[in-house]
Amino acid sequence: MPMHETLILVVGLAAVLTTASLVAGILSWRAPKPLSSTLVNLNQRINAWWVMVVAITVAFFFGRSGMTILFALISFAALREFVTLTHSRRSDHWVLLGMFGIIIPFQYWLVWTAWYGLFTIFIPVYCFLLMPAITALHGDTERFLERVSAQQWAVMISVYCVSHVPALLTLDVPGFEGRNLLLIAFLIITVQGSDVLQYIFGKLFGRHLMSPKVSPSKTWEGLVGGLVTSSLLGALLSFLTPFSPVQAAAVAFIACLMGFLGGLVASAIKRDQGVKDWGHLIEGHGGMMDRADSLVFAAPVFFHTVRYFWT
Amino acid sequence: MSKLGPRSFTLLQTVTSVGLSALAWAVTGVRPIWSGSQPSDRQRIYFANHASHGDFILLSACLDEKERARTHAVAAADYWGKSRLRRFIAQDMLSSVLIHRQWTDEAENPIAIMLSVLDKGHSLIIFPEGTRNMTDAPLLPFRSGLYNLSMARPDVELIPCWIENMSRVLPKGQFVPVPLLCRVIFGAPIALAPGEERRAFLDRARQTLLALNPRPQTHDAEKSNPVFRKPSCDHRSLERGARSDIRHDALRDG
Repeated sequence: MPMHETLILVVGLAAVLTTASLVAGILSWRAPKPLSSTLVNLNQRINAWWVMVVAITVAFFFGRSGMTILFALISFAALREFVTLTHSRRSDHWVLLGMFGIIIPFQYWLVWTAWYGLFTIFIPVYCFLLMPAITALHGDTERFLERVSAQQWAVMISVYCVSHVPALLTLDVPGFEGRNLLLIAFLIITVQGSDVLQYIFGKLFGRHLMSPKVSPSKTWEGLVGGLVTSSLLGALLSFLTPFSPVQAAAVAFIACLMGFLGGLVASAIKRDQGVKDWGHLIEGHGGMMDRADSLVFAAPVFFHTVRYFWT
Repeated sequence: MSKLGPRSFTLLQTVTSVGLSALAWAVTGVRPIWSGSQPSDRQRIYFANHASHGDFILLSACLDEKERARTHAVAAADYWGKSRLRRFIAQDMLSSVLIHRQWTDEAENPIAIMLSVLDKGHSLIIFPEGTRNMTDAPLLPFRSGLYNLSMARPDVELIPCWIENMSRVLPKGQFVPVPLLCRVIFGAPIALAPGEERRAFLDRARQTLLALNPRPQTHDAEKSNPVFRKPSCDHRSLERGARSDIRHDALRDG
């Protein structure tokens, strides 16, 4: 493990979160009581960030096995939220069990053993074809296409896409041996940082709603401000990566733009299902998918960008 | 008002109940939604929809530890009394109260058996549909037990509890649960009105329980007919807070 960079990251993150906690504390102290729901939510969000950063840091120190297990658990939580929202019937029981009991463990085993060939096609080819076949064999055709499509989406989003984060550890970037964990740190910090920055710019300067039918909180000002600053953040973090500062800014820009689109799609799904949050796992944020939606879209594109240009 | 009696669980029952509650949380992330009633030490009859063996485990996982140790599920003796193993699971591990759905002997009178448990100061969980609901209808008609209990013990609070999603987690005939998020929505207590008829009361109790369902299965009608569109779908009510969806739907059904 690259100790020097890890130390800088841990200290840097702790400093950012401490500042956030201090600012939120001062705002709450000066605000009229009882606190507005925005402030209560802000405090909950920052506290949840502390927990998430500690969890990821612990996994970080356990290297490839720690990251693989952590993201398998994230897939489990995300898949559970996704399947809960979609329509299923009693005859889907075994397919649903297979999604949790077979697809998640097998996909992450492929990550752990770095079997790239099967990792990329196991879900989009084999699960894609076999899951509807099993459903058809059960003979229940009621709303068949809807059920089958929702199952495909559920595993693609919450298992396949998420598994590309730990899969970064399997890439062989020349001259970057043994430092792949830092790529994960770079991806998570820029994409999640972009979410936070979009939120801050949206709250401070947001005037023009981007897509009022899909999300009441996404504004053009938030998007532009968030993307510019998170690309700068990416350039700043280029010392973690095999990228030059300009390349790092470009890669961060692509990842954060994908992250934004992921949030938009997740909002559209929630709106269609008539819910506000995916779940309640993370206090102040909602469910796991509410926090991971941007990472879900960013991870595969980031993975293939690095794989194509740097290996 | 009768307060609850002392805890009644054996060590095996306590271990089982703690273990099953932890398991229920790990699989379903179960959360109680108190929407009209609050946790309290008053003696209660919780009545709920029933589609799965997991139902009462989920419901008791939502109660605090003290209340859980005084709350017994009512189960069918013709199912749970069938073999020694089933009887052991139902009585010695889960501390259920077994009653006969078809009875002739006065000693088997289910109401008398349930009243004797209430008279010890304990709470009950009952499923007034009388069986696990395997139909596409959200709730079967209620059987009379709820009315008879309410007549005999008007002081005991009747709390409607809507158990969400459990029929998908563990459908009848399956033994491995699918992990899906579940909530239990506890509604406001209902009471028998003076002179209320048996059937009218049972229908009212059933409607009260149905109205707690936060995601009624009117999915097709909703999609095709804008009249059925959930009010929670416009973004202003989404902004209002995580629980607005529940209240809106309760209002619409009520």
